[in-house]
Amino acid sequence: MAVTGSPPRIRWRSFDRWLPQIVVSPLFAMSLFFVYGFIGWTLYISFTRSGVMPDYRLDGIGQYVRLWSTPRWHVALRNLVTFSVLFISLCLAIGILLAILLDQRIRIEGAIRTIYLYPMALSFIVTGTVWKWLLNPGLGLERVMRQAGFESFSFDWLVNSNYAIYTVVIAGVWQSSGYAMALFLAGLRSVDDQVLKAAAIDGAGPLRTYFSIVLPMMRPVFMSTVIILGHLAIKSFDLVMALTGGGPGYATDMPATFMYAFAFQRSELGVAAASAVMMLVTVVAIIVPYLYSELRGARR
Amino acid sequence: MIRQSQGGIVRAQGIGQRLKRGFLFLVLALFCVYYLAPLVVMVSTSLKSLEEIRQGTLISLPQSINFEAWAKAWTSACVGVRCDGLAPYVWNSVLMAVPAVAISTFLGALNGFALTKWRFRGADVIFALMLFGAFIPFQVVLLPMARTLGVLGLAGTVPGLILVHTVYGLAFTTLFFRNFFIGVSDGIVRAAQVDGASFFGIFFRIILPMSLPAIVVTLIWQFTQIWNDFLFGIAFTVGESNPVTVALNNVVNTSTGVKEYNVDMAAAIIAALPTLAVYVLAGSYFVRGLSAGAVKG
Amino acid sequence: MVSIIKTLTTAALAGGICASAAQAGGTVEVLHWWTSGGEAKAVGELKKAFESLNGTWIDSPIAGGGGDAAMTALRARVVAGNPPTAVQLKGPGIQEWALEGALNDVDGVATAENWDSVLPPALASIMKFEGKYVAAPVNIHRVDWIWANPDALKKAGVEAMPTTWAEFNAAAEKLRAAGIIPLAHGGQPWQDATLFEDVVLGVGGADFYRKALVELDQAALTSDTMVAAFDQLRMLRGFVDPNFSGRDWNLATAMVSRGEAGFQIMGDWAKGEFLAAGLVPGVDILCAPTPGGGFVLNSDSFTFFKVSGADNLAGQQTLASLIMSPDFQSVFNLAKGSIPARTDVSLDAFDACAKLSHDDLVAAIANNALVPSMAHEMAVPRSVRGEIMDLVTAFFNSGMSSQDAAKQLAAAVARAQ
Repeated sequence: MAVTGSPPRIRWRSFDRWLPQIVVSPLFAMSLFFVYGFIGWTLYISFTRSGVMPDYRLDGIGQYVRLWSTPRWHVALRNLVTFSVLFISLCLAIGILLAILLDQRIRIEGAIRTIYLYPMALSFIVTGTVWKWLLNPGLGLERVMRQAGFESFSFDWLVNSNYAIYTVVIAGVWQSSGYAMALFLAGLRSVDDQVLKAAAIDGAGPLRTYFSIVLPMMRPVFMSTVIILGHLAIKSFDLVMALTGGGPGYATDMPATFMYAFAFQRSELGVAAASAVMMLVTVVAIIVPYLYSELRGARR
Repeated sequence: MIRQSQGGIVRAQGIGQRLKRGFLFLVLALFCVYYLAPLVVMVSTSLKSLEEIRQGTLISLPQSINFEAWAKAWTSACVGVRCDGLAPYVWNSVLMAVPAVAISTFLGALNGFALTKWRFRGADVIFALMLFGAFIPFQVVLLPMARTLGVLGLAGTVPGLILVHTVYGLAFTTLFFRNFFIGVSDGIVRAAQVDGASFFGIFFRIILPMSLPAIVVTLIWQFTQIWNDFLFGIAFTVGESNPVTVALNNVVNTSTGVKEYNVDMAAAIIAALPTLAVYVLAGSYFVRGLSAGAVKG
Repeated sequence: MVSIIKTLTTAALAGGICASAAQAGGTVEVLHWWTSGGEAKAVGELKKAFESLNGTWIDSPIAGGGGDAAMTALRARVVAGNPPTAVQLKGPGIQEWALEGALNDVDGVATAENWDSVLPPALASIMKFEGKYVAAPVNIHRVDWIWANPDALKKAGVEAMPTTWAEFNAAAEKLRAAGIIPLAHGGQPWQDATLFEDVVLGVGGADFYRKALVELDQAALTSDTMVAAFDQLRMLRGFVDPNFSGRDWNLATAMVSRGEAGFQIMGDWAKGEFLAAGLVPGVDILCAPTPGGGFVLNSDSFTFFKVSGADNLAGQQTLASLIMSPDFQSVFNLAKGSIPARTDVSLDAFDACAKLSHDDLVAAIANNALVPSMAHEMAVPRSVRGEIMDLVTAFFNSGMSSQDAAKQLAAAVARAQ
């Protein structure tokens, strides 16, 4: 920095140059402690025989062996895959569809957008009860349809071990697809007009314009949406607890609920820590490549 | 909103187009039904009498509007042995959420600013490391956090809960602001530097005023997350200082022989009103804020 | 040094308390999950009684999941060094926390009031750690009850309450034929496990129950008797309506109250819900023990955590003394539907089912047929209980064969040990 100034000013300047680091470092230190410190603690606990409370004597990989021999853990993992794939793809599909539709000069766009977005404002502690009702065959949709004359209408997914996970998807998509819509709509809005005009001059139809020109331009939006949805999927806890409590049986258990159950209901901190480490490994596998490409891109 | 004037690609002209337009509205309306159904059932149930709930289906509309359940949920529903309704707990949540949202948003802005506009060696690595905090499942941190709060003497207190929310909100707020600031021209900062403005001078006088869209997005996000939190609420607060989500859980799981569904629903809506209001009132800023840069990351 | 002072204070207080229990007072913060119906009323009685002794009661209710949410809070509080004064905690859980050194003893009060002479020995040993009382029982619940709606039974032509599982199955078939749901049940793991343990007792008897579900004997777990128990559980599954999944127990109880369902197999806390619905147990609602001639014991207790400060310690002592007072045991259990943990309390004010429960309890102690409940955390550590419940609930919600279930049960138990 070529600055011509009096000596005291230069000294002030050099302090000012360090200021960003000084501002960031306490916050960074907080992250180090509260995120990485705690992850380290969890990792450590996963190698001990901790039960009701933490026990700091190391005990090898017994908890991991135990974890992988527990059928419930396999169910939880399978559910996570099923749920994540359906949840992310449905949210993306609905999000893109609604964003494109809303982008067509809809007069009451503001109102519709709010309706699509509001589920994001509600926690499942709030909506869990009503979802249980709607999906319960004896109270909700099935009963309503039957009373309306469709005697053979059947919708008993909530109480069926094989399908209950799909009701979790329905409620999850309900909550988050509006958010995906908002992200895509924002993405569409920031596409340059010139691009669209050029496409129109070339005679490209609306569908082609969207699919071969606009959407490919929105790759970054896709990326961040997938990341946000992915992390919601891995963390989904309230959703499962409020809707099914993990049931019927443990048919809708997910890693987050599994970990919670073992840590806090069963006094098996060690197994819980091992499952938490597995979850974190999954998160790392998803996030690190993303961050890498992201930051390289930003460096440009 | 940037190209509101230009509009979309489909243009209404001719019968074919009009059909398409009708179809478009049909699809939009169907999704409105999907999104609104749970809320409609909640509201209509909360306005029914218990008798009516028992007889009708849950989708039928109330025959007469009846606000008794709301009054009960607000002032006299039982949370454990205490029957004062949700009112005191809503206040607890406000006391917790407002400072936590304000602090985490402010720090996120400062952090984002320092990391993007004053790029120093390792800024990207620091950002990446901090961002990871957004993805950590909160069940994992409960016990070490409890210990830390105990050591700090903040266990079971509102400041303790504010600290927890600030710490784990920081990753998201930093992310939002960083993505916004990346789109802001470096020239502005350089020019101000040349004029002799200091780090904080630039931040408060130039950067903050222009980052309203990012601030709105961050405020909405943080407020929703913190207001709706349940897990930290049960783990880190004690009885009377419980946030409203914990109280709601206790009301809904409280049943005096007959489950009072109307009161449960009214209580649920009361607990959700602040976040709903924020979304309805500030929703348009939300999309605007997102398109102004927050999604580009 | 601090701990020595603490011990001295405790001892001093304990000594003092006997002399002046009436004006002791003190402060307690009580963590519990009794937020529904008769239970909330019962805990309200405790609060009232405590406040009448000039005490300050801080209520920390955390509802949901049979105490799971409350246990989360408890763990966080203990780790933070900020535990509640008293926690609704029971069974082997008491020992687990005691081993961590997280509990205070109230042995001063217990010795002065001679708790040993008034509690059933099996229960007293659960309340003690290294010979000292660390918890006080408020009640004795019986888990192995069948509740029935007499009108529903009459409509279906069922004349008497079943005394064997075969009779139960026959009665259930009749109810089904009459268009009544035979068995009201809520599909939550602990409720499934409640059915399971009652069936194990009925099919195998008290000795088998003890071998399988208390001593966790591998041979018993894989035996033909266990397979037969799973067969009977499968029968019960067939008597449940299709919408049982996730239903709370009190909603299932309401189905019996209204006559929608004939039977419910549930502990005697169900009585509180019947009473709230204006029905008198023993008259408007029938009760009979599940087959097997045993008594499945469940007991709620308050466990005393390591708090400090004279005010808190005084509160702890006062609460312990109060919980065990005959008056309170009577008032509380009338509200809760259980019977007093003290065997010397008069049962005159109690209903017919409670009296039957008391008589059976005394008989079961004499015949060695008193068994602790597995489903209600009286028999085995929470880790083992969790694994058993996972298996039972998986069996109940799938088409798993009884042979497979017994085999997997044994494997699950081995895994958790």
